[in-house]
Parts: sequence; structure tokens; C-alpha cells
Amino acid sequence: MWTPELALALALAIPALGGVMVALLGNRPNWREGATLVSGVLLALNIAYLVEIAPSQPTLILASIAPGLELAFKLEPLGALFAAVASGLWLVNSLYSIGYMRGNNEKNQTRFYVCFCIAIAGAMGVALSGNLLTMFVFYEVLTLSTYPLVTHKGDAAARRGGRIYLTILLGTSIGLLLPAIIATQFLAGSTNFVAGGLLALNDVTPMIAGILLVMFAFGIGKAALMPVHAWLPNAMVAPTPVSAFLHAVAVVKAGVFAMLKVGTYIFGPALIAATPTSQPLAWIAAGSIVLASLIALTKDNLKARLAYSTISQLSYVTLAVMLGSPLAMLGGALQIVMHAWAKITLFMSAGAIYTATKKTNISQMRGLGRHMPWLFGAYTVGALSIIGLPPLAGMWPKLFLMQGTFEAGQVVLATALIASSLLNIAYLLPLSARAYFEPPEEAKLKKPAPMLVILPPVITAAGVIILFFLIGPLRDYLLPVFEPVAIVETVL
Amino acid sequence: MDILAHLLPAGIAAHAPVLLVVIPLILAPIAALMPSGRIAWAISLLAAFLVAILALVLLGEVSQAGSVSYHLGGWAPPLGIEYRVDALNVPILLLVGFVGLLCTIYALPSVADEIEPGKQPMFYSAFLVCFTGLLGVTITGDAFNVFVFLEVSSLSTYALVAMGGGKDRRALTASYNYLILGTIGATFFVIGVGFLYMATGTLNMVDIARVLAEDGHSRVTEAAFAFIVVGLGLKAAMFPLHVWLPNAYAFAPNFVTAFLASTATKVAFYVLIRFLFSIFHPEVTFVAASFTWIFAVLGTVGMIVASAQAIFQTDPRRVLAYSSVAQVGYMMLGLGMGTKAGLSAGMLHLMNHAMMKGALFMALGAFALKFGVRSIASLNGLGRTMPVSASAFTISGLSLVGVPLTVGFTSKWYLILAALDRDWWWAVAALIASSLLALVYVGRMLMAIWMEEPPSHQGKAIAASTAPWAVVVPMSILALANVYFFFNADPLVHLANAAAEAVMGGR
Amino acid sequence: MLDILLERFNYIPIIILMMTGLYVVFATGNLVKRLVGLSLFQTSVFLLYITLAKVFGGQPPIIADAHGDDHGAAAAGHGAAEAVLYSNPLPHVLILTAIVVGVATLAVGLALVVRIREAYGSIEDEALNAADYSRDTGAAG
Repeated sequence: MWTPELALALALAIPALGGVMVALLGNRPNWREGATLVSGVLLALNIAYLVEIAPSQPTLILASIAPGLELAFKLEPLGALFAAVASGLWLVNSLYSIGYMRGNNEKNQTRFYVCFCIAIAGAMGVALSGNLLTMFVFYEVLTLSTYPLVTHKGDAAARRGGRIYLTILLGTSIGLLLPAIIATQFLAGSTNFVAGGLLALNDVTPMIAGILLVMFAFGIGKAALMPVHAWLPNAMVAPTPVSAFLHAVAVVKAGVFAMLKVGTYIFGPALIAATPTSQPLAWIAAGSIVLASLIALTKDNLKARLAYSTISQLSYVTLAVMLGSPLAMLGGALQIVMHAWAKITLFMSAGAIYTATKKTNISQMRGLGRHMPWLFGAYTVGALSIIGLPPLAGMWPKLFLMQGTFEAGQVVLATALIASSLLNIAYLLPLSARAYFEPPEEAKLKKPAPMLVILPPVITAAGVIILFFLIGPLRDYLLPVFEPVAIVETVL
Repeated sequence: MDILAHLLPAGIAAHAPVLLVVIPLILAPIAALMPSGRIAWAISLLAAFLVAILALVLLGEVSQAGSVSYHLGGWAPPLGIEYRVDALNVPILLLVGFVGLLCTIYALPSVADEIEPGKQPMFYSAFLVCFTGLLGVTITGDAFNVFVFLEVSSLSTYALVAMGGGKDRRALTASYNYLILGTIGATFFVIGVGFLYMATGTLNMVDIARVLAEDGHSRVTEAAFAFIVVGLGLKAAMFPLHVWLPNAYAFAPNFVTAFLASTATKVAFYVLIRFLFSIFHPEVTFVAASFTWIFAVLGTVGMIVASAQAIFQTDPRRVLAYSSVAQVGYMMLGLGMGTKAGLSAGMLHLMNHAMMKGALFMALGAFALKFGVRSIASLNGLGRTMPVSASAFTISGLSLVGVPLTVGFTSKWYLILAALDRDWWWAVAALIASSLLALVYVGRMLMAIWMEEPPSHQGKAIAASTAPWAVVVPMSILALANVYFFFNADPLVHLANAAAEAVMGGR
Repeated sequence: MLDILLERFNYIPIIILMMTGLYVVFATGNLVKRLVGLSLFQTSVFLLYITLAKVFGGQPPIIADAHGDDHGAAAAGHGAAEAVLYSNPLPHVLILTAIVVGVATLAVGLALVVRIREAYGSIEDEALNAADYSRDTGAAG
């Protein structure tokens, strides 16, 4: 029925066509949202198929621009997994967006949904890209298509946030990422993702690889490694579904995923470990983890707190890459998946609270747990998962990562991870406590939150629990990506 | 390619090189005599259409035979004038032919809007003369003939630019300044040609090259080289000889700007390549030195400085005009590498730039048709009022920046690879810096178009409107070409490589 | 040094004319005078070409006795000896074209000056700049 190549093309075509349909149906909101949801379901089905066939690694060449330079897609387990997370959460997020956008009577909803479709197409492109150039193209598609989403409110603050968002992301990608890609092309004669590492196979010296590693680490600004993280808190001016999208579904995720993919297929774990710069970069990542957690503690605005939490949590992935240990990298890959589910739960909870009460600050949210028990239940599950408690999905990546750091003999970095988990407790759980155990300000909510904003976080929270038990298949699925033998021995 | 060569009957195809020039030349006075602008437009369209067909035929012939030589009046070169088509100028002929055709379609509503009815036939006539001149410059194989055609096209260009004076009197001064500098440029060129004639005793380009290769160079040929470079540099708006360009582009009628931006400077640049590479030899010491120390350096400085200047302009047409100067810098850089890869990248960028600037200026013209755009602020919200034109503007604007999925990326990629081949890392840095600057000035305009509120009239938003089909069709073709040739880069890359191959041989 | 200059005496007036013309173009603020300078500059180039054509002792390049059947043999021998010393006709032809171009340029330039005077009421560069500048600020204010 479906050939692998067709499915690869469809992964991009479905959201793109969905965008066109949404634009055409702009005047009829119900049909328009229908188009979004239908393309969401189709995309999820398509990606499920791709996940199934990923080990066979089909490729699709879209255009050949120059010798050794192609616009090409190549399916592999890592990308398939990211695509699955992004498409699955997009569907949930779309449901939620409909509730949120209608509940808050936002303007320009058609533009909003169209941009969402283009952005998810961009994320799919990043996930399935077969070489650095293709990844770069869709990385930029993602940046440009999310800009109108970030500035959706259109007021001065939104514009300022949007400007910073665009400047940092485009500046780093053109100023550092693109030169790094060009250098890779020059050194290796291609930019293809190759198992074992393109640069390693081309015998690039660790010194030069080290310089490139720095360029990639900061050039992929979406990974929000400090100090190029400033765009993320500034992007909090966006409506909540967009924040959820930025943090959990596509943008930051695409950043760290790109970093992971570059680490795995361009450098290869062995070469990373050999470079002189991987150690300092690991320290910077660990610094980002702790520092961002500390900043999160100081924020009263719930979304701002979650934003810094994202910076912290996703630096785990960068850290994992920089350790150059296959085990840690497996942890990084799992972190992308697990964090996505937990963080989207938190963001959708924040949005639901805002829709129901117009409250944005944690200090105002006393006793809301009594009004919205399900919602805060979901929030608490998400928070606990981020902290890393069993039986929640967030435990696994932290476990692998911790093992990876010990294996690499990096005790200090392991300490940073533990400190981070403690800080997570300190900045995430007080809201649950306050919501459940303090007396509410009002006896009754003026307007109950619509079902469409309560249900999605509950679904994702359930997902967080289910994913805990799916670790076996997930690990087996990702095993072949990072030197299989080493991992089997240490984990089992 | 075979099909192209047999597009026309053999009897006509044999005379294709001269017909290419003669058809618009003969139709020009006829257009002038027509009672109405529409008829004159139809005549221009006929001329442009025939020229485009002839250019295709020549492409077919060149791809079969390598080069086509036509002896004017049957007089054999080097005494007689030779029209010579080879792989280097056939892309330029195609470019002028097809962009000319698209621009002519576009002219109908644009000219009707901007030029008074009584002057329209004369306007089209001047356009056809300009068209003739550009084609003549491209096709001729005779150095002095280049001068004549250069002036034929320039003189009519001055008149065309001045026609913008009906709307904004600054067009007159812009045209006057263009005339002074253009004439100085042409005169410098003719002095250089005179020196070359002094040294070689011939005016036929192939013959000059032969004599120079046999006799070697002297002070006279060095002086000739300097004069020719400065003269053509003025015509091609090479930084820092570009001062005439921004005003001329900003105040000329929209149609004229779209046409000139995508053809005139390109043709002058082609002549420069012809002289530098096939008449003078790139391996001669002083030529090689000029590549590294003049073209590469000035090209790099030009693409940074002009891009920076573009950022501070308020009139969108001036933004794009400065951007054109910067783009010439890219081509200079490619040429200055003195390698086949560099020249090929430069040629590729030349063709690509014609597509993007053509579409950009056409879209600005479409906005002007409806709303009279004179500042970036007046682009506000046009994304919602004129979505089609705004989309075309966006695509070609992104192409100008060099965003992937557009041809702008392809040519910059080739430029970067060529620079890396010579280990010119600074050139790569400059290319990227200049692209970032381009992002800023294009971004400003795109931001106004898509993110601001649309123009309103008495509190109500103006309803969405579409430009006339004659604007939309050629504009969309050019804009989509920007995307199409990214995904199917081979034809253009092949043309550019063949061009570089033709002048540099196996090197 | 002097020898070199004297040998190339024809270039001296050409260079003087050329530089004068160019100087006038850049120095004057009057649009008509600028065109005068431009013409001077162009004309000096015409002279350059014409002097190129001169061959010392050369005859006008006209074949006078092409139809002379009477003294055919003698004339043929005579003509062959002198044929080497014809002046070069080609530059004259070229310059004929260039003169036409020059005249056309001057005509277009003067026409533009007329239009500029109609639009601005002045043909002085400074006055034109001032007029545009004040108009700009007027529009802004």
C-alpha cells in the first residue's frame, strides 16, 4: 500500500496540504479546525507507519542542487521517534489550541493554524532529514513559521519578544550553523548523516572537529544552550498553545534533536569524546542545567518558570551528546521523548488555568486544585515526571544519563544532575501544594474551563505513565543507533 | 536541445543572430508611429516574443556547434563585423530575451498607469531601442560595435528613466546624472578599445585575443585594460562606481526599473567578463593582480557596504537598488576568484539575480499600481490586501537573502564552494555577513507586509485586491522560477559551467 | 624624455583637452556647462582615434586609377609600391559613428536640462538639491 518513499514525502506533504486547506477554509472555523485535526490524524498514522519501517532506512532525494549537495530525506530510528513525538503531540496540541483560541477569542486564528501546519511540516523535515543541508532548510522553515505565532498578540511586547526570537535564532543559524555545515561539506565532501559519524569516517582531526562542535553547539540556537537561550523566555509572550508547541513539540525539541543527530551521525560518539572542546561544552551544558533551574526558582509567572525549566531540562540532551558516551546519548534521546510529554502537560495546564481564571502567577493560584482537580492532577504527574520519579517516564533518561556520566568518570557532572532534580522539586511542586492544600480565593470559578483545554493535559499525563512501562521496546528500538554492543552489556 | 535548433525554418535560423537585433530595431520606429499605447505595446510584445524564440534557437545551435559566427553583410571578420554567439553569451541572450518578454507583458498596466497616453508609443519605442542595444552588446563580436550598442541602449535608458519625471521630478536629475556618468563610462571604454586597436590593429574580439596571445602585452594594453575596466564598471554599477544607480532605479517608472535591474547591469557585466577572460587572459600578471586586488576586494567591500546602505533606506525601491549594487559585488567576487568555479558561480548568480530582482521590482510595481508605494511604511499589511503580489515579493525576497529552497541559496552555495577552493575563508565570512545584512533589509519589508495592519480608509480596512493579470502572470512566473530552479538546478548550472568553460577552456 | 614627448606630440593636446573636459564635468555646478565638458571629453577621444589613423607620408586611402586601362602595367607596379603608405581608413569610419553617438548624447542631455529647468526653475546643481531637500522635509512635516 504505502511505499516507504511515499510515506516520507507524505510526512511533509500532509501538514503542508493541511496548511493550504486551513487557509482556504479560513472563513468557516468549524471546517478549518476539521482540516487541522484530519491532517493531524493522517500525519500521526503516517508516522506510525514510518516508525514501523525505520530500521530499513529508506531514503528519498527531493532535489540535487550541486554535486554532493542534495535535498534528501533518510529515515532512521532517532528521527522516526522524534517525528512520532512531534506528530502525536501536535494532534493533542491542536485539540487544545481549538479550546484555548476559542476560549480566549483570539484574533487571526486562520494565520495561527496555517503557521502551525507549516511549522509541523518543518519539524517533520528536521526529523527525517538525510543530511545537514536538508536539516538546515527545515530548521529555518521552523524558525520563520513560528515567528508569526510568537508575535501573535501583535502588541509591543509581542513584537519585541518576536524580534529577539528571530534575531537570535536566525543569527546563530546563519552565523554559526551554516558555516559549520559549509565546513563539513568542505572537509567531508558531503553533509550526509552516516552511521558512525561522517567526520569520523573522513578522518577529521579532533582539533578541527572540536571547533566544529562548538559551532554546532551554539549554532543550533534552538537547543537553548546558555548563553543563546535568551530567545526562549522572550518567546513566552506567545499564546499558551504556541508555548507548548515551542517547548514540547517542535522548536526546542528540534534544536536538541538536531544536536543529537549531529552528534550521532556527523561526529559519532568516539570522535566527540576525543575532541578537546567536548569537555568544556559539557560543563557549559551542566552550568545551563543548574543556572536555569535557579532562575526558574525566582520566577513567579508560571510560564516563565516553565520556560527556564525547559532550558534546564533540554540541556540534559546537549550534555548527553557532549559526554560522547553511547549510554548517555541513549539517555538524551529518551529525554527528548519523555520530556516532551511531561512538559506539554505542564504548559497545557498553565494555559488551562489562564483560560479559566486569567491568572498567570503562581502566587495567585491558591486553592485552584479544588476547582480543577483533574487538571492539577495532570500537572502534578507531569511535574513528578520531570523530577524523575518512578513510575513516570521522566525517570529513564535521568537514569541512563546518570549511568553515562559515571561511566565517563564525570562525578561533578553527575552531581549537577542530582542538584537539578532537587531544584526541580523546589520550583515545580510548590504550585501543586498551593493549589491543593491552601484555601481557594473564590468559592466558585466564574466560568468553568472548557473541556477541550482540560482533556488534553490529562491525556498527556496518562501518556507519561504509560511511557514508563514502554521503556523496553523503546530502548530496543534505539539500541542500533548508538553502538549496540556496548549498551547491551552495560544495561542488562 | 536539438528541438530548439529546429524551431525555425533553416533559412530563417541561419540569420537568427542578426534578426535578434534587427527585429526590435525595425519595430521601434513603427511602434513610435502608432496612435495608441496599446498597439505599440502589442508591437513590443511581438518583438520580445520573437527575440525570445530566436534566443532559444541560438541556444540550440550553440549547444550543438559550440559557437555560431554570423558575418554581417557577408564581410568576413576580422575586417567585417562579426556576430558571435557562444556558451558565454547565450545565457545572457536568453536572460534578456525572456526577462524582456515577461517585462513587456508587465508593461501594459504599469505603463498605462504611469505614462501619459500621448507619450506611450514613444515610450515603447524607446524601450525597443534599449532592448536592441542590450541584445546588440551581447551578441556582437566586435569591440567597437559593443560601444555603439552600449550607447544605443544607454541613450534610450536615459530617456526611459526620465519618463518617471511625470510622477516625481527627481527622475529628471537622476537621469541626468546617469547620463553624465554613463557617457563618461562609455568614453572610457572607447578609449580603452582605441588603445587595444593601437596595439593589435584589429577590433574583432577573437582577433584581438589572438594577437595579444601572440605578441604579449605592453604598457598600451595595460592602459587599455584599465580604461575598459573602469568604463564597464561604471555601466555595470560596480562598487564604488555605482552612485548613479540608486536614484535611477528609485525614480524611473516601475516597468523600467524591473527591466533594467534584471538586464542592463547584467549585460555590462557580461561584456566585462568577455574582456577580462576571453580578450585579456586571466593568467596574464596584471589581469590576475586586478582579479585579486580589485575585483575580489571591491566586490567584497561592495557587498557589505551596499547591503549596509540598503538597510538605512526608506524607499523600498532604493533598498532594492542598493541591494543590486551589493549583488554585483557577489558577481565581482566570483569573477575575481579567477577560477572556472568562481566564474561559473558568478554567472549563476547573475542569472539568478535577474530572476529575483525582476520579480521584486514587479511586485513593488504591483503595489504601486494600487497604493502608490513610496516608503516601507506604505507596504504595511499588503500581505492581506494583495496576497498574490505579496507572496511573490516574499519568495523572491527570501531568494535575495539566499534562503534555501530558492535559487539565491544555490548561487551563494556555489560562490562559497568556489571561495573555499581558493582557501578564501574571508570571502566566505563576507558572503555570510552580507547575507545577514540582506536578511535585515528584506526582513524589514517582509515584516511590514505581513505583520502590520493593512491600510485602512475611514476606519475600514481596504478590501483585498488583485493586480491585473498582466502583472500577476509575469511576476508569478519569475517568483516561481526562483523556487523551480532550486529544485531543478541543473539547467542553469549547466549554462553557467558551459559559459565558464567557453572562456577558460580546460582550466 | 623630451624626445619621447616630441615623438608623441599629437597626444599632448588630446590629453589636455581630455582632462579639461573631465575637470569641467566634475567642477561645474551648471548642468549645461557640464554637458559642454562632456562633449569636450568625448571630442578629445575622437581626436585620439583620428591621429591613430595617420601614417607618415601616407596617402588618402582612395584607389584613384582602378579603371586605368591605358597605362595598366606601369601603374600597377607604381600602385603596389605606394599601397603600403595609405592612411588607415578604419578609425575615421569608427569616429563617424562615435560622433553620431556624441551628438545624440548631447541632444538627450540638453533635452533633459530643458525638462529639469521646467520642473525646478533652475539648472544649478545646488539649487536642485536644495529644492528636493526642502520638498522632502515639507512632505515629512
